[in-house]
Amino acid sequence: MLKRHSLDVVIIGAGVVGAACAYYAARAGLSVAVVDRGPVAGGTTGAGEGNLLVSDKEAGPELDLALLSTRLWTELAAVLPREIEYEPKGGLVVAPDETTVKALRTFAEGQRAAGVDAVEVAADVLHELEPHLAPGMAGGFHYPQDAQVQPAQAAARLLAASAAEVHLGEEVTQILLDRGAVRGVRTPRRELLAPAVVNAAGTWGGHIASLAGVTLPVLPRRGFVLVTEPLPRVVRHKVYAADYIADVASGSAALQSSAVVEGTPSGPVLIGATRERVGFDRTLSTEALRRLASQAAALFPVLADVRVMRTYHGFRPYLPDHLPAIGPDPRRPGLLHACGHEGAGIGLAPATGLLVAAALTGAAPPLPVHPFRPDRFAADPAAADNPEEQH
Amino acid sequence: MPTSPSEPAGRAGRADPAGPSGPATAPTPAPTAAPAAVPRPAAHPGPAAAPVVASAHRAAPARADLAIVGAGPAGLAAAVTAAGLGLRVVLLDAGDRPGGQFYRHPAPGLGAARPEALHHGWAEFATREAALRAHESAGRITYLPLHHVWTVVPVGAAGARRGHGAPATEWILHAVAGHAPEERAVAVTARAVLIATGAYERQLPFPGWTLPGVIGAGGAQAMLKSGLVLPGKRVVVAGSGPLLLAVAGSLAAAGATVPAVVEAASYTAYAGRVPALLRNPGKLVEAAGYGGALARHHVRLLTRHAVTEAHGTERVEAVTVARLDRNWRPLPGTGRRIPCDALAVGHGLVPQLELATGLGCAIRRSPDGTVALELDAEQRTSVPGIWSAGETGGIGGAQLAMIEGELAAHSVAGALPAARLTRSRARLRAFADAMAAAHRPGEGWTGWLRDDAVVCRCEEVPAGRIREAADDLGARDARTVKLLTRAGMGWCQGRMCGPAVAALAGEEGAPDRRPLSCPVPLRHLAELPPAGH
Amino acid sequence: MHSPRSLVGGTPVAAHEITFDGRELPALPGQSIAAVLWGAGILAWRTTREGGAPRGAFCGIGSCFDCLVTVNGRPNQRACLVPARPGDTVTTQEGTGRADLAV
Repeated sequence: MLKRHSLDVVIIGAGVVGAACAYYAARAGLSVAVVDRGPVAGGTTGAGEGNLLVSDKEAGPELDLALLSTRLWTELAAVLPREIEYEPKGGLVVAPDETTVKALRTFAEGQRAAGVDAVEVAADVLHELEPHLAPGMAGGFHYPQDAQVQPAQAAARLLAASAAEVHLGEEVTQILLDRGAVRGVRTPRRELLAPAVVNAAGTWGGHIASLAGVTLPVLPRRGFVLVTEPLPRVVRHKVYAADYIADVASGSAALQSSAVVEGTPSGPVLIGATRERVGFDRTLSTEALRRLASQAAALFPVLADVRVMRTYHGFRPYLPDHLPAIGPDPRRPGLLHACGHEGAGIGLAPATGLLVAAALTGAAPPLPVHPFRPDRFAADPAAADNPEEQH
Repeated sequence: MPTSPSEPAGRAGRADPAGPSGPATAPTPAPTAAPAAVPRPAAHPGPAAAPVVASAHRAAPARADLAIVGAGPAGLAAAVTAAGLGLRVVLLDAGDRPGGQFYRHPAPGLGAARPEALHHGWAEFATREAALRAHESAGRITYLPLHHVWTVVPVGAAGARRGHGAPATEWILHAVAGHAPEERAVAVTARAVLIATGAYERQLPFPGWTLPGVIGAGGAQAMLKSGLVLPGKRVVVAGSGPLLLAVAGSLAAAGATVPAVVEAASYTAYAGRVPALLRNPGKLVEAAGYGGALARHHVRLLTRHAVTEAHGTERVEAVTVARLDRNWRPLPGTGRRIPCDALAVGHGLVPQLELATGLGCAIRRSPDGTVALELDAEQRTSVPGIWSAGETGGIGGAQLAMIEGELAAHSVAGALPAARLTRSRARLRAFADAMAAAHRPGEGWTGWLRDDAVVCRCEEVPAGRIREAADDLGARDARTVKLLTRAGMGWCQGRMCGPAVAALAGEEGAPDRRPLSCPVPLRHLAELPPAGH
Repeated sequence: MHSPRSLVGGTPVAAHEITFDGRELPALPGQSIAAVLWGAGILAWRTTREGGAPRGAFCGIGSCFDCLVTVNGRPNQRACLVPARPGDTVTTQEGTGRADLAV
């Protein structure tokens, strides 16, 4: 039995990006429905660590988005329930040798010019920040703006605060069109009619785009995370080695890893995350576990003696130039995208939501949106990229 | 009253922590690979000629024909059968003695003269244990007790090139061996794997179930069988399933007073399944034995009743028992208190599947509401090279587990099994399904679960928070409830609260994903051999 | 009077002792730490991280991790699996059992 509703916008995806789009669209006065084939936070959001990072981003459009998000997360933390576990804990990037310190210094200078707070930490001061850190590091940088949330809670609370109409467990089977323009979506249970549809389907955003008759080359980039037994606070910041930045920026399909180590309010230490393009392969990679564990123990030797209770993996939505697709798709009137945030979706969600809301209401965007335009991939570079061959 | 004791036929406990005196060994600093730790000889060392046991830090030079995970009834029977058919077998078990939970028995040092007093079918175990020792001496079986396998991966998954979809021809089993602080990482390579990991007890929470003195029914049995101890003097036995009668009988025979056995199902539920019961006369004799024991000890059996609350502060002092409707919903005004100093509670068993599901083995829904593996007539899973036997294919008891173990061994060896094995399995499976359906929890049981009652014991998550996640926050399954509330995220990884969380989330209960089947020391992961080595 | 021992007969090899929170407890060879504690009438040897609630053995087969305890200074040992060895020092585990690591 199909029901018909009239709405201003339908958002596909109940992950943190979809929830943030719903939140800011509703705040702008729009009537919003969110639809997802699974539960809230059922995709990459639920597999995330909740990183709100500026430290790993070089000066450029993504950093601008992250800085706006950082400010928005501070506002959200004041209005959303404390269950989102917002922690402005700061990040600490450490360098094993003097060469790396110099490279970090150059990196940080560019970031500072863009508005990032980056403080160089001398080798002998590192232990005041992180008492369990391995000895022998050459130095590091402290990023006070780095923060963390509990991602599933953040998505659920944003969605609840949006007061949007929510349809979970309903897969969008069709994007409804009228003379080439979007007019809603169809699920097995209903039609949701609206002049705008937002593709916030994350790693599965390419599929939604194809339902609308356009291409968006979103690829899965797998990541494993290790979770230790519950511990008292042994790691204060988000701590990672400098080579993490190179991994994030890499386009390689091969397995890359540089552990980000952090404590959580509930006790376990999270150690993430590997990056590799292997399609949606869900088999356990003991090589990924080995790398994460050895790198974590190299940063914090105390962890060698604790137990890993579980490991999980997720699939980051990856676009070839590492930037998300945000905003209206000129190829299909009424279709907007808000996906492809790779491993930074939790952090970038609020700014993405704000940009989408601005596009929907015709307000001036808070940032230049040009770098994120969804039709920027003229030829589809993913077409030649067969994950089966990338092993 | 027809019934059958169906107990966890899986492996006995898990290898892991222990604390001998003396300082802990210093952790090896990562990431440099540590020197290979030579595996400690097994408790009953066999000749070194046997298959492929290597430290995780050393590439295994050869391989076994068959690696078996679990030395309970299924794994033990499979091991001795396979060895008899000429296969080279490695038998890994988390426990320190063979037999699994069903044949759990006192350590030799306890000097029990009649361990069989705690068991049915002891002779079936004793015969196979003797065969195990003989095969060990002959070098056909390498028996590795205190080895907890935490994952099974196809060779190539560690990073080497392997075509997608091509069946693996070799498997690596990673295990944590020994007790802390002398735990070691061990890896075994084999051409085929038999997963015989048994089951653990299904728990349905109620207010007060975290009080000391409230223990699993299977746990009480296990502690009695292996340690010759009781949790109290006056022990109420409650929950559902035939195990309760066995537990009550054992506790009473060991000197405890059992004021009542409180069974949520009605044994009249068996009435419609009489043919399956009549085809299994052995089971009826067993049940009659329990009935007689209970009568002798003046134990009262209350059917269609449940313990709806345990009372006490530092430990349990009494329980409230209430009548249930047909759907297991407690009937208001029927509660009454029974004083006790312990409560043994359990609602049947849950197959332990994570090693198999981690490999992608297909699953099916059992009549008792649990999830079991989909197996073919030869005990093969849907993944070529992986077999399974015993409770993992659906709860069915020790006798069935042994038959399935023998069938699996024949299949791995490419030998034709005796027709009687196949017939017996069909008969016992039918019986098990009848039992399972009769004890499937009714949906009304959550009626006794007040919002303030703890559901997740590890993370101390009350029912109210889980209901909020499901009703208000968009959780539609146990996984999302876990993400939102931490229920199931603790040490036990949802083994205790999983069925309850699924019920509150309105889900039928999927097998939990546990890529690590037990906690693994981080340094063991750090010291795995790098890919390509 | 029935007892577990009268049920299975025989006699243990030789008894030994362990200490629990400073108290000496008799132990039989092959018994787990949980069995020794039960034998002494002790049902709780851990307090939870959040509520500080007392806990002891629950599943009895190593699955539930409720019986975690500190043995010879090493926390998070499963009392139901770990054999009691002569002279073991067992202490009630509070919370994570690793408060010494807190920064």
